[in-house]
Amino acid sequence: MGVARFWRENRTRYNLIGNRCPTCEKAFFPPRELCPTCHRQSIGKMVEIQFSGKGKIYSYSDVHDAPTDFSDQRPYIMAIVELDEGPRITAQIVDAIDGVEIGMPVEMVFRKIREESPEGIIHYGYKFKPAL
Amino acid sequence: MTPFGELWDRSLRTLGIEAGLNAMVDAGITSEEVDALYVGNMSSGRFTNQEHISAVIADHTGLSARNLPAIRVEAGEASGAVAFRDAYLSVASEVYDIVVVGGAEKMTDVSDAMAHEIFATSVDQQWEVFLGATVPSLYAMMARRHMHEYGTTKEQLASVAVNAHKNGSKNPNAQFKNQISVEAAAKAGMVASPLGMLDCAPISDGAAALVLAPLDIAKRMTDHPVVIAGSGVATDTISLHHRESLTTMRSTSVAADLAYRRSGMTPEHVDIAEVHDNFTISGIMAVEDLGFVEKGQGGPAFESGKFDIEGDLPVNTSGGLKAQGQPLGAIGIAQVVEVTRQLRGDAGDRQVDSPQVGLTQCVGGTGGTSVVHVMKVI
Amino acid sequence: MKAGIVTYGAYVPSFRIAAEEIADTWGENGPAISRGLNVKAKSVPAPDEDSITISVEASRNALRRRAIDASRIGSVFVGSESPPYAVKPSATVLAAAIGATPDMTAADLEFACKAGTAGMQAALGMVEAGMVDYGLVVGADTSQGRPGDPLEYTASAGGAAYILGADDPIATFNDIYSYTTDTPDFWRRDLQPYPSHGGRFTGSPAYFKHITATTTTVMERMGTSPEDYKYAIFHQPNGKFPLRIGKKLGFSPEQVETGLLVPFIGNTYSGSMMLGLTAVLDAASPGDRILAVSYGSGAGSDAFDITVTDSIEKMSEAPTTMQQVEGGRMISYGVYAKFRRKIRM
Repeated sequence: MGVARFWRENRTRYNLIGNRCPTCEKAFFPPRELCPTCHRQSIGKMVEIQFSGKGKIYSYSDVHDAPTDFSDQRPYIMAIVELDEGPRITAQIVDAIDGVEIGMPVEMVFRKIREESPEGIIHYGYKFKPAL
Repeated sequence: MTPFGELWDRSLRTLGIEAGLNAMVDAGITSEEVDALYVGNMSSGRFTNQEHISAVIADHTGLSARNLPAIRVEAGEASGAVAFRDAYLSVASEVYDIVVVGGAEKMTDVSDAMAHEIFATSVDQQWEVFLGATVPSLYAMMARRHMHEYGTTKEQLASVAVNAHKNGSKNPNAQFKNQISVEAAAKAGMVASPLGMLDCAPISDGAAALVLAPLDIAKRMTDHPVVIAGSGVATDTISLHHRESLTTMRSTSVAADLAYRRSGMTPEHVDIAEVHDNFTISGIMAVEDLGFVEKGQGGPAFESGKFDIEGDLPVNTSGGLKAQGQPLGAIGIAQVVEVTRQLRGDAGDRQVDSPQVGLTQCVGGTGGTSVVHVMKVI
Repeated sequence: MKAGIVTYGAYVPSFRIAAEEIADTWGENGPAISRGLNVKAKSVPAPDEDSITISVEASRNALRRRAIDASRIGSVFVGSESPPYAVKPSATVLAAAIGATPDMTAADLEFACKAGTAGMQAALGMVEAGMVDYGLVVGADTSQGRPGDPLEYTASAGGAAYILGADDPIATFNDIYSYTTDTPDFWRRDLQPYPSHGGRFTGSPAYFKHITATTTTVMERMGTSPEDYKYAIFHQPNGKFPLRIGKKLGFSPEQVETGLLVPFIGNTYSGSMMLGLTAVLDAASPGDRILAVSYGSGAGSDAFDITVTDSIEKMSEAPTTMQQVEGGRMISYGVYAKFRRKIRM
């Protein structure tokens, strides 16, 4: 895969950058070109925001059958996290020594997401861990 | 239809040709009478390195000798169902008279790991799969919420697979003809908790095809034409996390609403249904979103036998994706083939007692696309 | 010197392997080795952690402790001997991940275990010269220990981040002194996965000689004696060396122990002295004087004479060093081997 495909999302993925519709105030992650509710009123007016990285687990699964790039972490936890600001995102949960449950508070951490190959680019981004 | 399964000796093109020719023979037509070919296929390019599969199949079924139009349709696992709908629209709008619509997928020409990777291209690559999500893990998160919100149990999930295998055992084309127990299904090794091995449909090769024609022409071809009474297709967010609820597939309920309204029918009219049980939770959510039971009652209903062949509303008499098999692009066509067989009374050992109305529901990704068709006898 | 420490942050991965577990694997006497090295366990990075992720987490903890405008960080230096890329800076990923790019400079530094403190010197110089408002410096490693080598008992993972600047520092520098020679006590050739070392040669001609030189010189220049310092931190390759050099130079175990993390998490290499200092700053009060001395093989030592200011009491909460050092999940040698990619897949 060419390096640009993931590089162009680095800022979003490193720092949880999303945006907000100025009309209905709804927050989005990843950022959207237009608000799906306010349509035309929002085009060109979406406001960039950085999420706090705090949220809670909305649903989760322990992944046993893992893709090759994740096989050394299996079983690992994937979750849909509801950010404090509203939007939900899909992310891995790490350092959950005592497991996880729906509603558990979590916070963003910076981890390696995957490597193209031993010679290739390393992609970094957000995962979540149980909040202290 | 071809058998579904790991068909090591057959290629994508031989599967497509076999299904297409079978359908034409069944309809008693020759390539001379066909106006167009529609092909549903999700990822021939990645599974077999061959794109432009519409022209390949048209060529080898003899249709391109007459330079007929051949169109491939892609909508993830709903490719076949959307191809069926587009073919239907082309006939209904009087653009064409006789149309062959097929669906085909050859998934075993790549490694298992690669097959799952390709499978996952129907969900959000950038914001789900890249971050470690697998298709089973996304459905598992729906299952987890369903259990959390409605108290659905592992055993209720298992009962969906048990029903599928029971029906598959009566289907000569099914990939799995073995019956399974609730205990075995509930205790199978984990794929993505809470979904185990027996909650997941397999990797399959296979193809299916149908011939569509205006009713007056169809009546000349067969004594038992099946009428497409309503058709609905709907989309939803590509990422699961953007849905307001993980326990409802809105694309399915919207598509069903469209199909019901156009057919003038309600869920109460439906005698048989083929639903997209790629995972057991999908079967439970489908019967809820199609209005067969109240939201949250899908699990208990499967457990009670309501959807068995002998039950009130037989679901997935073919064995569904779970037992008949899951050749992605062929799914939506195979569902209509099963409903057609049932409505014609041609379903052999698994025949339901004189059904009048049948429904199919097919899903792409985690519900990014859903397609619902209502069919009836005349 | 106007420039000082404006904020700091620590990061220690949450997995641990016991020294005795490693010893069992190789048929050695675990309790004797553990006691001999004064190392009970070492930290192990998860498969998705490397010195870049550790740098980012430590830096974000620094920013949690004090909300610096990241766009005013003019320089980012990462000191590590385990950078994930041989060519491509870790510092650019770090800078992007804290929102410091693009009006800034960045570089990776290497000087065995003292690359990070060398970066502190460079950044302090830039702040003093008025080149930057703030300089971020990180020492972080996921250090490599050859399976079966004595280093395997200690080579661990962790890092510390410091933001240096002249604007209301929480600690200021009274003196900084370095002592550098060409001493081949420990090295890793290009493309080699594990470092090599000179065995007992790493002791008196290397660690002890260089740290003695910097420590005695700083005290001489400052006119201080060991009792003037509330805390002393010496580079921590194992649990014995820092106590031994402290004793030799006249420091009590109490002065050394607050910053002595190696018994619980092993040697974090570039993070070693810098994490010791974050642990001390977590505990320090205004007016406390700290002597922090790094050592890097090859060889050199940097000594920092530090006084804590009143501003340390204005800091916000962030995960402390000891919160991260304590606890953790013990893993087996098999899981450790998998995490550290010692199993060929």
